[in-house]
Amino acid sequence: MNSKKSGRRQFLKNSAALAGLAAGAMTPAGATPPASETVEQLHAYGQRSHFESWTRKGKHLWPPEGQSGTRDYGFRNPIQYQLGMITPAALHFTISHGHEPRDIDPAQHRLLIHGMVDRPLIFSLDELKRLPSVSRFHFVECNANSGPTGPTGAARRAPTATAQDTHGLTSCSLWTGVPLSLLLQQAGVQKSATWMIAEGADPPHHLKSIPIEKGMDDCLVAYGQNGEAVRPEQGYPLRLIVAGWEGINNVKWLRRIKLVDQPYMDMRESTKYPSLRLDGKARWFQFELGPKSVITRPSGGQQMAGPGYYEISGLAWSGGGAIRRVEISIDNGKTWNEAQLQDPVARKAHTRFVFPWEWNGEEVVLQSRSTDERDEVQPTRDEISRIWHIGEDYYNTSTNLIGHFNAIQPWKISRDGSVLNVLFL
Amino acid sequence: MCCFYRFFVFLASLMAGNAAWAQAPNYKNVGRAPTPDEIRAWDTAVGPAGKELPPGNGTAKEGAEIFAEKCVVCHGTAGEGSQMAPRLVGGRGTLTSPQPVLTIGSYWAFATTIFDFIYKAMPRGQEGSLKSGQAYALTAFLLYKNEIIKETDIIDAKTLPAIKMPNREGFIPPQLEDIHDIKKRGCRLGHCP
Repeated sequence: MNSKKSGRRQFLKNSAALAGLAAGAMTPAGATPPASETVEQLHAYGQRSHFESWTRKGKHLWPPEGQSGTRDYGFRNPIQYQLGMITPAALHFTISHGHEPRDIDPAQHRLLIHGMVDRPLIFSLDELKRLPSVSRFHFVECNANSGPTGPTGAARRAPTATAQDTHGLTSCSLWTGVPLSLLLQQAGVQKSATWMIAEGADPPHHLKSIPIEKGMDDCLVAYGQNGEAVRPEQGYPLRLIVAGWEGINNVKWLRRIKLVDQPYMDMRESTKYPSLRLDGKARWFQFELGPKSVITRPSGGQQMAGPGYYEISGLAWSGGGAIRRVEISIDNGKTWNEAQLQDPVARKAHTRFVFPWEWNGEEVVLQSRSTDERDEVQPTRDEISRIWHIGEDYYNTSTNLIGHFNAIQPWKISRDGSVLNVLFL
Repeated sequence: MCCFYRFFVFLASLMAGNAAWAQAPNYKNVGRAPTPDEIRAWDTAVGPAGKELPPGNGTAKEGAEIFAEKCVVCHGTAGEGSQMAPRLVGGRGTLTSPQPVLTIGSYWAFATTIFDFIYKAMPRGQEGSLKSGQAYALTAFLLYKNEIIKETDIIDAKTLPAIKMPNREGFIPPQLEDIHDIKKRGCRLGHCP
């Protein structure tokens, strides 16, 4: 060990002890000063307390060479421990279809807009930052989030599933950037352009076709996330935010937008994201995510401390706009009572809801149901089954992925205070 | 004088009506025109019309060798797939079963998608390393293994977009132009099958 360094460390420790004495030794029981070597780091760029241990959950899609492994479908956000409607950027779920974050030098990065435009344009990041900017709350959600079938269906259906397992593929941030409509107006979109394709700078060049109406509506070319630069795994230095639409549209490491006259049928949008129905026909380009909600406290895997007062809280969101209403049922769906929505209630953003409740210690099933600004109501699992013409067994036996699954989530609290996922019980 | 001029401009813009108000301010010194080379270098994604397809060609026979060398590690010797990568061959007639097998032959709507994805995204870890002829040959090999073309058919920028995939009519709406039309999509929003 470097003696000079350890000497300095000792000095810092002594200083800290002296500072404690000087403050009158007001340290409460169990509170110790942080290790001195981390103090400087904490001042430079803060970290959460090491007592807070919740992390994203998931495995790399692509095991290192020579190793076998199963494909995982994303790193899930520990949504059951989220406080407020914002997801910390460090916990925002990630799915990059197995591709690691790129190490992109922002000074070298460019955004090209071309195709059916009057004036093709290329922007550096500094140039984009000179243009009029907006900050908006938006969720990004994978279309497979809370889906009961497909590769992650079993983990989602399990009685022991946590909200991270069931609903961890959604996150909400304050995104800052330039409205895409402004850039498109500058380029001069020609009448013949009906679609645009957005492409990333990642080596496989993830691409998504988006109708031009959406591009001119509320898309954002974002360089900011929750007050700092977009994180590398979220698309640093530029990410397209396509509010309220399937997560796949929110192209990371955005480098190019081309105006075209038909969708480009990228592999994922044309073969992985269509919904295959029982009649063998598949609906493609579904885009918008319906109203959804989940109680995060209490939720699967948590333990009640005993009868008494608890605030029920959770998150609701819809690709159709703002959440207008969230109702809570504490009697297995027989009656519903309105929860309180907490500010900010933003369009196409997570909205936090709370509901005062006293648990009498008896077995109970808690559910939440959201309604958005278009009066669209979150359906029950049975309602979705009827739309799909499927029975109970389909969920347990089919390998077909049911995307856009936004069923009401029931949590059962047993007399022993344990909380179970009972969507499939 | 200056102020009077500004006032005049303001009046003129008022008289020009709403259209003038809707005009975006002029940011034309922000950003610049890309050079043709800059556009060409990035304008590589291939749509169903195949306009961006590069020169080169290949056959299934040539593709079989490349497949054996570069693809079998993940996709299996017969394109049967593994834990690492999806199955590429077979599966016809399974789309109505609870265990649908979604492959190029049973499911994919456009042959251009095969070339586009191989050329830009395969093999994993060596994306962009294939020459266009190799990507055409691999495309031909997969089309042949799915019984869509003959082993000797030459696949290139002209023949590829003309191939009609077996499941082209298996999607809703079938016409790409109708995707914007909510009525023809048959479903107002996302959460319907």
